[in-house]
Amino acid sequence: MHLEVQNKKLNKTMSITKGTPNTDFNWEYAPAPEAKDHAKLKKQYDLFINGEFVKPNSKKYYNTINPSNEEVLAQVAEANEKDVDLAVTAARNAYEKYWKKMPAKERAKYIFRIARVIQERSRELAVIESLNGGKPIRESRDFDIPTAANHFFYYAGWADKLEYAFPNRHPQSLGVAAQIIPWNFPLLMAAWKIAPALATGNTVVLKPAESTPLTALKLAEIIQDCDLPPGVVNIITGFGNTGAAMVKHPNVNKIAFTGSTDVGKIIQKSIAGTTKKITLELGGKAANIVFEDAPINQAVEGIINGIFFNQGHVCCAGSRLFVQEGVAEEVISKLKARMETLIVGDPLDKNTDLGAINSKEQLEKIQSFLKIGVNEGLEMYQSSCSLPKKGFFCKPTLFIGAAQSNRVVQEEIFGPVLTIQTFRTIEEVIEKANNIPYGLSAGVWTDKGSKIFNLTSKLRAGVIWANTYNKFDPTSPFGGYKESGFGREGGLHGLMPYLKF
Amino acid sequence: MTLDFNHSPTIDQVGIEERVARFNTRSIKKQTKVSGLKLALNMIDLTTLEGKDTEGKVKQLCMKAMHPADDIIGLPTVAAVCVYPSYVSIAKKTLGKSGVKVASVSTAFPSGNSTREIKLSDTKFAVDNGADEIDMVISRGEFLKGNYNFVFDEIAAIKQACGKARLKVILETGELSTLDNIRKASDIAIYAGADFIKTSTGKIQPAATMPVTLVMLEAIKDYYLKTGVMIGMKPAGGISTAKQALQYLVMLYETLGPKWMSNEWFRFGASSLANDLVLQLAKEQKGVYYSKDYISID
Repeated sequence: MHLEVQNKKLNKTMSITKGTPNTDFNWEYAPAPEAKDHAKLKKQYDLFINGEFVKPNSKKYYNTINPSNEEVLAQVAEANEKDVDLAVTAARNAYEKYWKKMPAKERAKYIFRIARVIQERSRELAVIESLNGGKPIRESRDFDIPTAANHFFYYAGWADKLEYAFPNRHPQSLGVAAQIIPWNFPLLMAAWKIAPALATGNTVVLKPAESTPLTALKLAEIIQDCDLPPGVVNIITGFGNTGAAMVKHPNVNKIAFTGSTDVGKIIQKSIAGTTKKITLELGGKAANIVFEDAPINQAVEGIINGIFFNQGHVCCAGSRLFVQEGVAEEVISKLKARMETLIVGDPLDKNTDLGAINSKEQLEKIQSFLKIGVNEGLEMYQSSCSLPKKGFFCKPTLFIGAAQSNRVVQEEIFGPVLTIQTFRTIEEVIEKANNIPYGLSAGVWTDKGSKIFNLTSKLRAGVIWANTYNKFDPTSPFGGYKESGFGREGGLHGLMPYLKF
Repeated sequence: MTLDFNHSPTIDQVGIEERVARFNTRSIKKQTKVSGLKLALNMIDLTTLEGKDTEGKVKQLCMKAMHPADDIIGLPTVAAVCVYPSYVSIAKKTLGKSGVKVASVSTAFPSGNSTREIKLSDTKFAVDNGADEIDMVISRGEFLKGNYNFVFDEIAAIKQACGKARLKVILETGELSTLDNIRKASDIAIYAGADFIKTSTGKIQPAATMPVTLVMLEAIKDYYLKTGVMIGMKPAGGISTAKQALQYLVMLYETLGPKWMSNEWFRFGASSLANDLVLQLAKEQKGVYYSKDYISID
């Protein structure tokens, strides 16, 4: 594999190879599955309202599955309008009765406690995250769960220092925050939303995505164990109409949504004319730009990490690669070779690099884009890995020779699919990178610092990574330009959307 | 093709370290682990390079090289024994037809500070005494001055003096200070005729590290993609546990592929590593850990 793939042609013409290579040595990584027995799941989950799990008024439950084998993991309640009303009312009461009056440093202790318990149960949470969402255990264990805990730790620190964060501006909490989060980083997104809301003195109604509710419900258990005053955090599950009821509820003061641009637009329309504050973190189609003077081998690594991290289910994924013409051939051949070493399969195996696609609908959407790309006449390259028979999987894919006019370049695919375009001059690449409705993130690879700073001021993107990709930290704000949304999450900036001055 | 080593590819240190961290999370178990441990043992250059070396010490080392631990079934020999030129003939005689190679350091090892004539005669002496492999050091002073032609010419001259012996070029990465320099030195050595590139003498700290080795493996990969010619790699010094050795093998496999997974193309310059590998292999076979007293210490 690897180098041989591209070097077949070379070897025929030049057989200078000295000595005899060891061809019969087989080095297959043995399966190394993470144990599941410490991940305790109930058969049925109710709604977490006012500090306890209650049956839904809708009396309806739906199945949540493991996308890597399509087995049912648990039944989850579907909240209707009445349930939403109960949750919002509970949050309102908790705000007036406890949370608003509590001294900030006491609030901080609760947030700190949540962070500690997430750390303590990190193994269980990582396994459930991978079971329910399909992401490799390596990522849930090394990235999702630790970063979620870090967000709580970080914002616990801010709770009693808001006067110093915004001196002479008298920051005050808003009230009840309705928070709707996506399925790509279920627990991490919950942490991104809940931690700053609590730190600034707001109470919360949170709805996880319908396909990945389990870690959020585990977080509800953690919040119960942490002895938060009842109603400060409410977690309800359901589909789009549950979310719509949350957005429309008159007692909600603040809406925070992460998800698709289409839904973001609907939300914005539905709250027009109200005083509700809103932050939206929506789709993206990031340009990842590789210049001739880049450290090529590390750039290749960064491209791989940029697009195949979490199966490409990342709003800031580096899905549009721009390579300067002089190094295009080298970069593409090295990308192909590197893709061969990616292991696609069981998310719970510690050696897995790419896990399962999150849902059947998402897999179908990705596959339809693959067809579109091929019909548009692009060269499609997929790694030669085999896919498990059951479950939803997609091979890592490249579209070579793409152009701005291709739909696979213009639209967000949200899967392990990378389009490759080439460019000649810096002006050309800036223009092309900005020629998209989105503006969430971008990557720049070059050895020259001045080039990096030139681009950071010209690319219309909220986050720009230089010589690295997909780096997140609680202290660093994150958010988009244009149709990628507005408002910032993380860092000091992440406090502002939850405060009035 | 024109060569300008001022234009060797640049290296991003953070990127290299992240990649290395990924190799270290691979889980190696069961059959893969056993074959990996055996392969690592088979890749060792068992080394003694001390001022106090004696013929007796070298003989003992050779015995160890041929018989790492005879009570464990199916153990390979190590790849080579690495000694100073004056002990090449005794090593050659002791190893006989066992298949274990004799490697000799040369070129005023470890500093490399001497004249071209002395370095050449040093090399010839070792080859004439039967060395199968020569481990030379580059002139780091000249390299750091930017005198790349000097370094290139010196390697090319030693390569000629080696005749049939394979040439390993020691970059002494611990003295080159940046990964960019290490990449540059790797390119110079490869283009000047090295059969192997090697990290360290073992006399300078830090010796071999995974980031440094990865930079050198990438230089080998880029050369192979350009020319189709394979170059070997030898990290030396600082690798003392079986776990580390397996992590190096993961890195080798995922960077260069299965063709490089033999002692033709990869070596560990180490002495204490052998016993840890034996200990782990004994555990795989017998199910329990040996006391270290069961394993010979030569």
